[in-house]
Amino acid sequence: MSFLRKVWAIFARDIAAELHTREMVSAMLVFSVLALLTFSFALDLRGEMARAAAPGVLWVTVAFAGTLGLSRSLAREQQSGCIDGLLLAPVDRSAIFFGKALGNLAFMTVVELVLLPLFAVLFSAPLLRPGVLLVMALGTLGYGAVGTLLAAIAVNTRAREVMLPILLLPLVVPLLIAAVQATAGLVEAATLAEVGGWLRLLVVYDLVIIAVSVLTFGYVVED
Amino acid sequence: MQENNDTVGLVLAVLSSAGVLIALSMVFLYAPREATMGDVQRIFYFHVASAWVGFLGFFVTFMAGIVYLARQERRWDILALSSVEIGLAFIAMAVVSGSLWARPVWGTYWTWEPRLTISAVQLLIYVSYLMLRTVIEDPQQRARFAAVYGIAAFVTVPLSWFAIRWWRSIHPDILTGGGGMAMTVKMVHTLLVSLVAFTLLYFTLLRQRMRLEQASQALAELKEYMWHTAEQSPQRR
Repeated sequence: MSFLRKVWAIFARDIAAELHTREMVSAMLVFSVLALLTFSFALDLRGEMARAAAPGVLWVTVAFAGTLGLSRSLAREQQSGCIDGLLLAPVDRSAIFFGKALGNLAFMTVVELVLLPLFAVLFSAPLLRPGVLLVMALGTLGYGAVGTLLAAIAVNTRAREVMLPILLLPLVVPLLIAAVQATAGLVEAATLAEVGGWLRLLVVYDLVIIAVSVLTFGYVVED
Repeated sequence: MQENNDTVGLVLAVLSSAGVLIALSMVFLYAPREATMGDVQRIFYFHVASAWVGFLGFFVTFMAGIVYLARQERRWDILALSSVEIGLAFIAMAVVSGSLWARPVWGTYWTWEPRLTISAVQLLIYVSYLMLRTVIEDPQQRARFAAVYGIAAFVTVPLSWFAIRWWRSIHPDILTGGGGMAMTVKMVHTLLVSLVAFTLLYFTLLRQRMRLEQASQALAELKEYMWHTAEQSPQRR
């Protein structure tokens, strides 16, 4: 089997498992809507305020919902013993990483596709623009990559799910700043060129963090 | 068994003590009084030196992590752990001295000044690093995970730096605008001596911390060994 087909097989297996239970995506979705509601109450988000806060609230919601899904995705692997099977299979460690990361990306993307129109309506912010979708894609890519690596670490510790947000959030500081600033710029009708610096930062972050994750993932899953 | 006479450690301790004393007297006696900020500005020399040692400590942890993953030798993990602890102590001093400085100069304990913010971000990253180490039992797994986290964490630091700087330049802060102060020659001398003194202090502490860790691991092994032999030998009554 070629490398890509192995990645695809691991990815497809994740999707099939999720289609069975739908527990991850539904948990992330319900959590996101609750977070949205809580933010609106806590910050009294109406009118102009809502529009100005929308990018920040959106990314915080995505980030927290992401940790929820990532924990679950790797914990499921651990509990079912699937990860041991995967490690025994004649598959490169990086193929396992790409497969898992792609699965997590897919789940986060589904959640975001539901969240964006919801945010656009409730915060009356023009979020359904191609530029915003590009920022969402770039931000989610880096977040999913480093999140998959750190979730694999977190599930192997005594504290399990508790560790993931603690490990993950300080490392995604640049990603969140860049994503929020780019989204905010686009909401205020800036062109893609005007937020180009932030987009480049996102691309660099994605490339660096994917490279580090691929190179180190093998050390995380080995026994 | 390790010798107790540690000549290198002793030399380092003497050198760094002398260095810190010289730096201290230069900060108070040699460096001129800053025109607008007054004596409060003298905190600057040790503040910058602390931030530098913090960053140096984390860089050493990053490198030690790479070598550990390549060679799987325990001493590199001991180096990584020791360096992170010292780095954390110094970066915490940098953040605290920074906000002590900010209070009289900018009228607030905390400003999102880029250099102060990146120090705070590093502080949080490496507190997480130490927390990670406490929740893994198996020493080899702990060393591996810590190495991976130390590497992934360190590569995000420069990116955080750029992100924070651009972010702050979009919302310019009048308080910190202008980039600070003009340094006189004597100020530069004092800063350089402080940097050298704190770097020596870093290596002194690093050496002692590593010896401590080696001793405590040797002790743990010895205990385990005695436990083991006690179990195996037939009981005599």
